[in-house]
Amino acid sequence: MSLAQILFYVMGFIALASALFVAGTKNLVRCIFMFFITLFALAGLYVLALADFVAITQIVIYVGGILVLILFAFMLSGKETLNAMAQQRSKFISISKLPALLLAGLFLIVLLNVLFKVDADNLLWIKKSIRTNNEILPDAEMTQNIGINLMTKYLLPFEAISILLMIALIGAAHLSRKETRA
Amino acid sequence: MISLNDFLIVGAVLFCIGLYMIVSKHNAIQILIGIELMLNAAILNLVAFGKYDRLNNGGQLFALFAIVLAAATTAVALAIILNVYRQYKTIDPGKIDQLKD
Repeated sequence: MSLAQILFYVMGFIALASALFVAGTKNLVRCIFMFFITLFALAGLYVLALADFVAITQIVIYVGGILVLILFAFMLSGKETLNAMAQQRSKFISISKLPALLLAGLFLIVLLNVLFKVDADNLLWIKKSIRTNNEILPDAEMTQNIGINLMTKYLLPFEAISILLMIALIGAAHLSRKETRA
Repeated sequence: MISLNDFLIVGAVLFCIGLYMIVSKHNAIQILIGIELMLNAAILNLVAFGKYDRLNNGGQLFALFAIVLAAATTAVALAIILNVYRQYKTIDPGKIDQLKD
């Protein structure tokens, strides 16, 4: 068992355990901060999949941007939500959560079944990619290649996403503006 | 080397945790976190498969696009949540059952 494999299992365990904690906890603040740990562990998994640029982007955008936004929304809508959650606690929980648990569990069984049937390591195009030397090796420098591809081959999605980002920005600013007297 | 199946299994479990959160939670912010978990599971799959595409980088590039899209979606969703809170004084999706007037 190589070091990369051990690191993979550690990172995967951290990611899954913190995600389970996020799903199970009653405390919203803890939920948000454990989500933080899930995102970091996922960035580690991306590094182990040899996608270092995506990992850095994940940390910068998710941890730096989205999480701060979620914290903001939580702080701004604070007290009432906490009260609502405290009321929930007194109710009998396991019955009301049972359908959701059943749905997620059955879906997991279906997904795992599909994964073991597909057997991704022996897919045709992956074998071909290894044979034709099209696999990313641990010492490859991919960032330059990503930049070139972004500006040539994937220019149309890049422009589309930039327009969508601007639309979302204007929309968010418009939505969160203080309501003037109608 | 780490096998591709391991990545896919981690992704599948994360996806199901996200699904559970979306269905069971009574708080719009936690539902949003569930959606983010599902998106991250999808991004993990993209990145894991992207390892076998050195020339075109399709997987990694679309992972980047998905991350940016998630950021945009979250900003709009949080603005909507704040507006809903201002209107109803609650963000439990089960209790929001009226139009504006």
